[in-house]
Amino acid sequence: MNPYNYLYLAALLFTIGAVGVVVRRNAIVVFMCIELMLNAANLTLVTFSRINGTLDGQVVAFFTMVVAACEVVVGLAIIVTIYRSRRSASVDDASLLKR
Amino acid sequence: MTTSTSLGYLIALPLAGSIILLLAGRKADKWGHLLATALSASSFGLGLYQLSQMLRLEPEERAFTQKLFSWISVGTFNVDAGLLLDQLSICFVLLITGVGTLIHIYSISYMSHDRDRRRFFAYLNLFIAAMLLLVLGDSYLNLYVGWEGVGLASYLLIGFWNQKPAYATASKKAFVMNRIGDMGLSFAIMIAFATLGTVTFAGVKEASESASTATLTGIGIMLLIAAAGKSAQFPLQAWLGDAMAGPTPVSALIHAATMVTAGVYLITRSNFIFDAAPTAQLLVVIVGAVTLIFGALIGTAKDDIKKALAASTMSQIGYMTLAAGLGPAGYAIAIMHLLTHGFFKAGMFLGAGSVMHGMKDQVNMRRYGALGKFMPITFVTFGLGYLAIIGVPPFAGFYSKDLIIETAFNAGGVKGILLGSMTLFGAILTAFYMTRVMVLTFTSPERWEEDQHPHESPILMWLPMVVLAIGSVTTGYLFTRGDALVHWLEPVFGEHGEHTELLPHKVVSALAITAVIIGASIALVKYQFSEVDAEAPNKVSILTRLARKDLLQDSFNESVFMRPGQVLTRWLVKGDDNVVDGTVRLVGRTALGAGAELRRTQTGFARSYSALILIGALVLIAGIWVITQ
Repeated sequence: MNPYNYLYLAALLFTIGAVGVVVRRNAIVVFMCIELMLNAANLTLVTFSRINGTLDGQVVAFFTMVVAACEVVVGLAIIVTIYRSRRSASVDDASLLKR
Repeated sequence: MTTSTSLGYLIALPLAGSIILLLAGRKADKWGHLLATALSASSFGLGLYQLSQMLRLEPEERAFTQKLFSWISVGTFNVDAGLLLDQLSICFVLLITGVGTLIHIYSISYMSHDRDRRRFFAYLNLFIAAMLLLVLGDSYLNLYVGWEGVGLASYLLIGFWNQKPAYATASKKAFVMNRIGDMGLSFAIMIAFATLGTVTFAGVKEASESASTATLTGIGIMLLIAAAGKSAQFPLQAWLGDAMAGPTPVSALIHAATMVTAGVYLITRSNFIFDAAPTAQLLVVIVGAVTLIFGALIGTAKDDIKKALAASTMSQIGYMTLAAGLGPAGYAIAIMHLLTHGFFKAGMFLGAGSVMHGMKDQVNMRRYGALGKFMPITFVTFGLGYLAIIGVPPFAGFYSKDLIIETAFNAGGVKGILLGSMTLFGAILTAFYMTRVMVLTFTSPERWEEDQHPHESPILMWLPMVVLAIGSVTTGYLFTRGDALVHWLEPVFGEHGEHTELLPHKVVSALAITAVIIGASIALVKYQFSEVDAEAPNKVSILTRLARKDLLQDSFNESVFMRPGQVLTRWLVKGDDNVVDGTVRLVGRTALGAGAELRRTQTGFARSYSALILIGALVLIAGIWVITQ
């Protein structure tokens, strides 16, 4: 199968993620979109690794997964705390730093 | 020329004294004045030792030199910190340290109630050290260091009681006016360096023989400005009257006997320049003649005893400057008058201090009277100084002033007659104002304010006055016996050329004595034999009114220099505010405005930030793509 298809898929996933981050208000959904973008990047890395016949890209993909796991832990904790104190998970409401 | 190794100690002793007293602080309050007096006295002793060394040598070998260290060495230009003690300097060294020591002794008692007496003695020692450096320096640059040093000491001592704003202003005035003179001296040094390539006295003397008259005239005029500033000569005379704000011993030492004569020293030391620059020399004579009349006129109307004496000092230094401007015939006579004046004027100032001490610091002579009975020693010593200054034979001033009048008449032609008449007129005025001081203070009826109990001063105060009075009686005779001083100074000033005698010596003496009698009689009639008001009368002639206002010297300076100066500074301040500060403010405002505009992009919405990041990343990628394609 043509490996370039994976790249197209990755681009599609990334676009969906990016648009989701920009347009959605719910913090959980924004968070999921970020994960989507990260995984799109992972898919790209693995695909290029395959095209070039080296393992570098796959190694980096593992790194990305570890970082993404940490990010989920910290990010979800923050979102839950904000939800508890404000009774809302909308990112537009959390604009306190501006004032 | 003989080299010596001990000249440096002359300066080092009092300098060490001032440093110790200033650094030791309150700890030295108990013994500071004694140390200062002892160091000044040992400097005097060292001066006497140097004199005895000199007397053992032939006249031509009597100049000692000492190189302290190499000061400036740039290419071919070398200045050593060197000292030169010759027949001229030794006169000054002995005057400075001798009179200085007497005044130290006097001040122990005079300043005994002042809580800052230690600081006062520290400044006195600093002054002695600086003045010795001034007269001992072997180049104009070394002299300049001492010149500034005495200016500093004078400033500190005039403003010694600077808790009174008027006194602080007086010290500032003296400092600023002296600065004009100092500028003249620095210009003289620069011209000498630029054209002659050297600044040592010996070097300039040698180079001046082949230098152009224009150069020497330039140096001479600049030196004259310097001398006018330091010696309170016209047109830079206005500071001396206000300088009387300082404690009286300071007026005696600095503003009568020594520092103010530094200008005369400078002119006589530079005799080779003035001899070769007739224009500059003529200006010296004019400045001297104008000042001698100017000071004497002011003296006639002053009711403040110290200011009357200050005006008299100005006038007497005018005599010296005039003599110094008369060329080789006059230099030695100028120095002679300087030395005799040092004795009698210092003595009279100390006498005035003694009177003030007994009269609760009253300085208004209209509030004195009949003090002779209560202060016999002050009366006698002041009286001897008085007889000396007006020129009664055989007191010191008679000899020296008589010689100046004679030399002025013998200057030749119309100039001689004019100068001679001016000096004679000055003598009448001197006799008048000094008799006035004498009569108002000591012999006329009492006009005291209430609660005055005049009394004689303690021994530490009258002893120096007695010594100075003895000096005012004897020095004139000693200096002129066999032309002793003139011959002593010949190696420095050169041979005394023969003059066409306009008037024989006896006629001049007779004229001078007549002048004294005229002046003194007028004063006696006006103040001894008629009622004197305790308040200065208001209905007086315009001349008296002018003299009371110091012949408008301050008004002139204010309207011609001070006010335009203020206007100039105000414009400069405006320029600074608008141009310099404006630029700085503009930079600040630009940054501030840019910040305010850019702050609008910070909306606080996470989604708009992420959108911006996305757009930025896309733009970046697009840019890279465009470039790589």
